Amino acid sequence: MKILVPVKRVIDHNVKIRVKTDGSGVDLANVKMSMNPFDEIAVEEAIRLKEAGKADEVVVVSIGPAQAQDVLRTALAMGADRAILITVDGTVEPLTVAKLLKGVAENEQPGLVILGKQAIDDDANQTGQMLAALLGWSQATFASRIDLGADRAKVTREVDGGLQVIDVRLPAIMTADLRLNQPRYASLPNIMKAKKKPLEQKTPQDFGVTVEARLRVLRTEEPAVRQGGIKVANTAELFDKLKNEAGVI
Amino acid sequence: MYRAPVKEIAHTLNHVAGMKKALEEGLYGDLSEDLVDAILEEAGRFAGEEVAPLARIGDEKGAVLEDGAVTMPPGWRELYRNWCEGGWNALAAPQEWGGQGLPMTLAVAALEMWNSSSMAFALGPTLTMGAIEALDRHASEDLKKTYLEKLVSGEWAGTMNLTEPQAGSDLNALKTRAERSPDGTYRIFGQKIFITYGEHDLTDNIVHLVLARLPDAPAGTRGISLFLVPKYLVDEDGSVGPRNDAFCASIEHKLGIHASPTCTMIYGDGKYGDQPGAVGWLIGEENRGLACMFTMMNNARLAVGMQGVAVAEAAYQKALAYAKERRQGRAPNDKGADKGDDMSPIVSHPDVQRTLLTMKAMTQAARAIAYSCAHAMDMARLGGSETAAHWQERANLLTPLAKAFSTDIGVEAASLGLQVHGGMGYIEETGAAALYRDARIAPIYEGTNGIQAIDLVMRKLPQSGGDHVRGFIVELRETAERVRGANMPELGETASRLAAGIDDLEEATDHLLSLVADGKAESALCGATPYLRLFSLAAGATMAAGGAVAGSNADAARVARFLAENLLPETAALKRQVIAGEDSLLAAAGLLDVNG
Ligand SMILES: Cc1cc2nc3c(=O)[nH]c(=O)nc-3n(C[C@H](O)[C@H](O)[C@H](O)COP(=O)(O)OP(=O)(O)OC[C@H]3O[C@@H](n4cnc5c(N)ncnc54)[C@H](O)[C@@H]3O)c2cc1C
Repeated sequence: MKILVPVKRVIDHNVKIRVKTDGSGVDLANVKMSMNPFDEIAVEEAIRLKEAGKADEVVVVSIGPAQAQDVLRTALAMGADRAILITVDGTVEPLTVAKLLKGVAENEQPGLVILGKQAIDDDANQTGQMLAALLGWSQATFASRIDLGADRAKVTREVDGGLQVIDVRLPAIMTADLRLNQPRYASLPNIMKAKKKPLEQKTPQDFGVTVEARLRVLRTEEPAVRQGGIKVANTAELFDKLKNEAGVI
Repeated sequence: MYRAPVKEIAHTLNHVAGMKKALEEGLYGDLSEDLVDAILEEAGRFAGEEVAPLARIGDEKGAVLEDGAVTMPPGWRELYRNWCEGGWNALAAPQEWGGQGLPMTLAVAALEMWNSSSMAFALGPTLTMGAIEALDRHASEDLKKTYLEKLVSGEWAGTMNLTEPQAGSDLNALKTRAERSPDGTYRIFGQKIFITYGEHDLTDNIVHLVLARLPDAPAGTRGISLFLVPKYLVDEDGSVGPRNDAFCASIEHKLGIHASPTCTMIYGDGKYGDQPGAVGWLIGEENRGLACMFTMMNNARLAVGMQGVAVAEAAYQKALAYAKERRQGRAPNDKGADKGDDMSPIVSHPDVQRTLLTMKAMTQAARAIAYSCAHAMDMARLGGSETAAHWQERANLLTPLAKAFSTDIGVEAASLGLQVHGGMGYIEETGAAALYRDARIAPIYEGTNGIQAIDLVMRKLPQSGGDHVRGFIVELRETAERVRGANMPELGETASRLAAGIDDLEEATDHLLSLVADGKAESALCGATPYLRLFSLAAGATMAAGGAVAGSNADAARVARFLAENLLPETAALKRQVIAGEDSLLAAAGLLDVNG
C-alpha cells in the first residue's frame, strides 16, 4: 500500500508571532519556518506503518513556495521515500489545497492519505475533510490511534467527550491529532540520504487547478496584552472580587 | 532553555570560516549549503530538546562511583543511546569505519551545540573522537579493525591518559611503565589521574589510550610510547571478553561538569587477570607516542575551545531571557513601562545591555576564530601539497587562540551572565551558576591557557621565520579594507577601529618576533598572555566584521560594530603590556621570593 502525506511549511512553533504594522497579516520576513507539527506526526505515522510492513511506500507532497522543499527534505530525512512539490506563491486556501491534493491522489492512487488535523498558522482544520469530500473517500479525523488492515482500518478519534473508535473502508483520509505518536529526529545518515531521494516539481496547471482567493482578510491584529494579576489577601476578598468586579459568580 | 543559534552558526561557517567557498568549489563532494543547513537544524533540535533538559540532573546528581563502577545520572544512558542512534557520534569519522566523513568545520559547529546544551555530556564523545583520530592515523590495521567501527558508532568510548600526579603540563615526568610481552603485546603498570570518562556505564567497553615508558626508553618526551588498553579484552569475533587489569580507583569531587567522571585509573595492579600488568597494544612506534598525540593535539585543543564558545552562548541566552522577565528600576528610555508595571525589564537598562552585548560580541569573536581554525584544518587535509603546508601553519597559528581565548571568554561570559541574574545568579536554581562552574575547567585542561600563550609566542610566531604570521596580518588588513569599502551603515566606525587594532597587533608581533629571534625567551614570555588576547581580539573582530560584509548580514554587522568600537580598544592597553610590561614584572617578581 502507498501512503500519501501532505506537509505544509509554516512559521516555526517556537517563533513569537508578530503582526505586520499595517495589519495586513503576520510578519514572515526573516522568520524561521518549519514543517507544521501535526504534519510531522502524520509523516511519522506513515513511516511507522511502513516499518511495520503495512505499507510499502510513503510519498510526501507540499504545496507552497520553492522553499517548501526544505520541509519535504525534512520528511525524506525522517524516512519518507519520495516527494512532490507543487509550487505556488502566496497564500493558498484549504479548498485549493484540497483540489490539488485530489489531483495528486488520483495520480498516485494511495491506499491512505494522512494529513495533520490542522496547520498551526491559519488553524483552518478543513483540508482533510474537503479532500475526503472531493474524492468521495471515507474520513477519520483527529486520529490518536490507527490500526491499519488490508482494506479497512480502525481509527481512534479524539472527540470532545473522550475517544471514539470508528471503522473505515480504504482508501481513506485520516488527520493526525497530537497524541497519535511522538515524531522521531532525523538521523544524520538519513539526512544525508534524503538529499538523493527523488523530489518531483509540479505546478497547479499540471492538475488543471487555478489558484484563486475566495476569502478576503480584512484585518490581522495581535491579541490584547495580558494584564498583570493581583494578589488577594484572603478568600473573602477573592469572592468579593469574583462577584462584584468580574461578575462571574 | 538553550536553543541552537543555527542561523548565526551557519553565517559564521559560510561567511567567516570560508565554508561556502569550499562548498562551491566542490571540495566537500556532495555536501551542499542546504544539506549543511539541514544537518545544523536537526543537530540543533536534538541539542535543545533532548540534551539540554538533562543538563541539570547531570549537575545535581553527578556521576557516582561504587565498587569501581561509575553510574551516570538518571536518563543519561538513554540520551547517549539516542544520540548515537542519530549518528551524531560518527559525523566527522572516516567513512571506511562507518563515519560520515564530514568536514571538521561542520563537526565543530555541531560540537558547539552539544556543549551549549551540556558540556559534561559532550565531553565523553569529544574524547572518543580523539581516540578515533589517533587510531585511524597511527594504529595497525588489526587494531583498527578491532576497535574503530565500534568507536565510530559510539558503542564503545575512548579516553586519553596523559596526566599523572607529578606530570601535568610537563609530560617529561611521566612514570607509567610499559613492558614488552613475548606475544607482541605490552603490559602496562602505573597510575593516571584526572582521566575524563575513565569509567562509566554508557558503553559496553572503554578504550583507554595511555602514555607510558618502556624500560629502555630515553629520558624525557622522546621516551614516551602510546598504548591502547581496553577495559575489557576483545575476543577474536569482536565481542567483549574478560576484564583487563585496569580500573577506576576513585572519582573527583569538583567545581563543575559533575556528570563527567574524572577518574584515577590504576593499571596493572593485579586486581583483574592472572598475569601481572594491564594488556596494552602499541599505537604507532615505540618512543614515538608523543608524536602520535601531537597530530591530534590541534583538534583536541580546538574541541576544548568550542566548550568556551558554547558555554558563552548558553550563558548569553539564559541571561537575555532573564533580563526580559526581571523588572527593576525605571530605565531612562523605557517605552514599555506603561504595560501595567512601573518598573522596566532590566534589559532596557543601558548597563545591562552593555553586559549582554559584551557576552554576545565576545562569543562571536571566539566563534569566528574557532571555525576559521577548523576550516584551516580541513584545507590542510584536502589541499595540494603547497596549499596544505600553508593551511597547516594557519591551523597551528589559530589553535592556541581558539583554545585559550574561547575558554577565557567562556568563563567571562558565564560570569557576566551570572551578574545579569543578580542575586538569583548566585542561587543554583537559575542554572547561571552551573554554567560558570562548568566553564572554569576549560582554561585548565588540554594545555593550560598559560601554556597556549607560550606556544603561540615561542612556536607559532616563528613559523616560516615569521612570514606566516605576517601574512596573516596582511590578510586581516585586506579584510579591514573590504569592511571600509562596504556600504553598510550598520558598521559605523568599525573599519578605522579595526585598522587601529591591527596596528597594535602588528607592533606587538614585531616586538615579540625580534625578542624570540634574539633568544630573549624570558622577555617574550612576560607578555605572552596579554599578547594572546590582543591577537584574538584583533583577529576575532576583523573576522566578524568581514563575515558581516561577505554575508550582507545587518545583524552580524551590528555585533561586529559593537565589538570593534566597544571592546577592541583594549588592544592599545594590551600592546603596552606586551611591549613595556617586562621591567615592572621582573622587578616585582622579587616579592614572590622564587627561591624561598
Ligand atoms: C576535570 C579535569 C579533567 C581532566 N581530564 C583529563 C584527561 O582526560 N586526560 C588527561 O590526561 N588529563 C586530564 N586532566 C588533567 C589536565 O590536563 C591537567 O590538570 C593540566 O594539563 C594541567 O596540569 P596540572 O594540573 O599538573 O597543572 P600544572 O602543570 O602543575 O600547572 C599549574 C600552573 O602552572 C602553570 N605552568 C605549568 N608549567 C608551566 C610552564 N612551563 N610555563 C609557564 N607556566 C606553567 C600552568 O599554566 C598552571 O597555571 C583533567 C583535569 C581536570 C581538572
